[in-house]
This record gives sequence, structure tokens and C-alpha cells, in this order.
Amino acid sequence: MDNSYYNPADLKKFSKISEWSPELGDKFFDYYASVFKDGALSAREKSLIALAVAHVVKCPYCIDAYTQDGLEKGIDKEEMMEAVHVGAAIESGATLVHGVQMMNKYNKLSM
Amino acid sequence: MLTKSLKAKGNVLAQTNKQLELLQSGPFADKDLPLFKDKVAQSGQFPLRPKTLEILQINVGYMCNQVCEHCHVDAGPDRKEIMTRDTMEQCLEVIKKTGAHTLDLTGGAPEMNPDFRWFVESASAAGIKDFIVRSNLTIIRANKKYYDLPEFFAKHNIHVVSSMPHYTKGKTDKQRGEGVFSASIEALKSLNAVGYGMPNSPLKLDLVYNPSGAFLPGNQAALEQDFKKALLADFDIRFHALFAITNLPIARFLDYLIASENFEDYMYALVDAYNPAAVKGVMCTNTISVSWDGYLYDCDFNQMLGLKVAAKVTHIKDYNEALLQDRNIVTSQHCYGCTAGAGSSCQGVVA
Repeated sequence: MDNSYYNPADLKKFSKISEWSPELGDKFFDYYASVFKDGALSAREKSLIALAVAHVVKCPYCIDAYTQDGLEKGIDKEEMMEAVHVGAAIESGATLVHGVQMMNKYNKLSM
Repeated sequence: MLTKSLKAKGNVLAQTNKQLELLQSGPFADKDLPLFKDKVAQSGQFPLRPKTLEILQINVGYMCNQVCEHCHVDAGPDRKEIMTRDTMEQCLEVIKKTGAHTLDLTGGAPEMNPDFRWFVESASAAGIKDFIVRSNLTIIRANKKYYDLPEFFAKHNIHVVSSMPHYTKGKTDKQRGEGVFSASIEALKSLNAVGYGMPNSPLKLDLVYNPSGAFLPGNQAALEQDFKKALLADFDIRFHALFAITNLPIARFLDYLIASENFEDYMYALVDAYNPAAVKGVMCTNTISVSWDGYLYDCDFNQMLGLKVAAKVTHIKDYNEALLQDRNIVTSQHCYGCTAGAGSSCQGVVA
């Protein structure tokens, strides 16, 4: 067995998940392909959203995939980094907004 | 930044047999990836055979004022291979009688051939329908003697196809050298000034985009939109179409892939993106490529790998279209570059 949970070569094997559950796998990949097509949002905008989410969910495969996808779409490194900051801002905001819950609880319990 | 060709540096990849060995190695030798001919055979399309000849592409020399990192020609100021007027005269005889409707001049920087203008004037007089010159743009601003090229092109109704890897300075200069972006912008403005690339203008100006790195080009139409929007907003520049061209793993791009440890991943990406529909439109099926010394090839890439046409005639002086059309096209693993995704050719996507 590999002594690491993540292997970059595994990304190439992603489609193999369909082998053990063809119906669900195929549905997922069809859905996935549809999601990233040009729609109300452009494929370019979707790629940047995907890159931001990839960082928030800390998926190394997704980060590799959507950095490459961004390059293919002509997206600049400055645009990519700003997208990562959007993800980071939401993530830290999500932590900090719970501070209100902490304050509420503190106030409730305090005399 | 590169200043010398692989050839001038004595790099082992200046030898075409070494490149061809590499294209058989790694995942291909280990059978992790199929050879191009086997992949094409799976969809019953092997061997590749010519269709109607449409394009005669003539490489008038490997000399160039730039040394681009991705260059499949390994062109540069130190390359001395230049087409002579004698060979050009042999080409003119063929241009007069060919069934091809498009004449496509390339290099190097074709404008650096000392007989370039004579050749364009003579070929233009032969009355070909679409006459392309592939210009790197910066040559127009490289020296005073080239400043009037836009007027010269316009006079002969040349269809200008120019390289422009990105609409930002950073990516352009990284691939093509410091200062290339600014010089290219100036050159595009001078082409626009004589009517090239303007809406409804008969003077056609198309741009070629190729990725600045080990990744494939994205959707050609989307990239064209982005280029048009940015070049118009930032520089008031107009052009007609954008051709997205995949970098083929040969010469300097191959050297880059190996040095940056991207060779295997890039070949996987090309094979993963293999598209049988693109095979139907590959340019080797409608093009003959002529080298500076008059030899004939299936495409400019095969020319750089020294893979001459597998036909009874291999030189422009013996040109015989019927004999040439009856040939099998020579392939190797670099051909995956033309069949990936929407395909790739000197005219952009093919599928």
C-alpha cells in the first residue's frame, strides 16, 4: 500500500469510481460536465468559483485540476489568487460569525 | 530568457533522432499510453491519408529575431537555414500549377529572408486565393527596414496571421522574451492603421494563441472573446479571428517539458483529450509543407523532426501532386498534439 493518502496520479483515475457503481458514477460525471458548461455564468467564472471552493474544501486534486483549467482558460495568476482570497474570506468569516453565538451565550449565562 | 537555439547550444534535442526516441519512451515504452498509430487504428482511421490538397505551406527559413521558449522550429537569430532564390523559383513553378487554394509562408520570421519581398510579389502575381504570411509581429518593429511591412502586406492582399500568446504583458514576455508584448502591440496598431483586422475589412488579421506552459488551450471561441475584449479596451486594437494552437512536444517545447518534469503529465493530458473527430480534420490531410531546402513534409512539425513525406517524390523540384497525394502520412506521438480536444492546426481548431 501507498504510505500517503494523496497521490497526484490518482486524479487521472477519477473516472474509475464509476466501475464499482456505474449508474451513480455516470450520473455524477454527466451532472458535473453540465455544471461547468457556459450558462448564466461563463465557464471562466465557474472555473474561478471551483478554484476558490477547491481551496476551502482543501482538495489537492481539485486545486491541481482548477489551476490547470484556469491556465487553459487564460485566467491570470492575479485572478486566481483573488479567487483563493474570496474562499479564505468566506471561510474565516464563517468562523468569526460564530463569535456572535459565543457572545449571545456568554451574555445569557452571565449576570 | 532564452538567447540561443538548441542547435547553437549543442543541446542533444537539436538532434531529431533524439527527439523521436523520447517520443517513444516513458509511458509509451511502458505501454501505459498507446502509440499514436494504435490509438488511431482503434477508430479505423490508420493509416492517415491525404484528402484534397488545400494548403501549400512554405517555410522560408529558420532565422528569427526572437527565441521563444515553446518554439517547435528551434528558430532564432543564430539559425542560418534560409531558402535561396533558386528554391523559391522551384516553389513558384509549383504555386502556378497547384490545386491548393492557400499559400502559407512561415519560418522563423519569414520577413528576414532576403528574398522575402521578391517571393511575395512573384507568388502574389501567380494569383493564389488566400495568401498567408505568419508574422511574429515584433519583426515589424525590429528594424526600420521592416517598418513598411504593413503597407507591403496590404498592397499584396496578404492574410496576416500573427502570434500573440496572451493579452497581458507578463505571460507574453515570459514565453517570447522581454519587450515582445510592447513591440507586438505597436505592430498590431500599425497593421490596424492600414486597415488590417478592422470590422468588414478585406485585409485579414488573425491571431494565434498558444498556451504559455504545459497545459492545453481552452475553448477557442471563449479565448477569442477574451482577447478581443481586452485588446480593444486596453489598446484599441482589433483583429478578426483567434486560432488556438496546442504546443506539440517537439524541439524547444519538448526541452521545456523535460526540464520542468512535465513531459509525462503533458503526454497523458494529450492522450486523455484524444478526439477521433479531430483526426478527420488534421492539417496533414490537406497540407504539404516545404522546407527551406525544398524538401516536402506532411506538416511543419514533421519537417522539424526530419520526417519527410513517404512518397515517390520528396523534393519540390520533382513535385508531382498526384504522386504526393498517394501516400501514407508519417506519424509519431507528437501527433497527439493535433488530435487533442477540439484538435489543433495552423488554422486553429479542427473539430
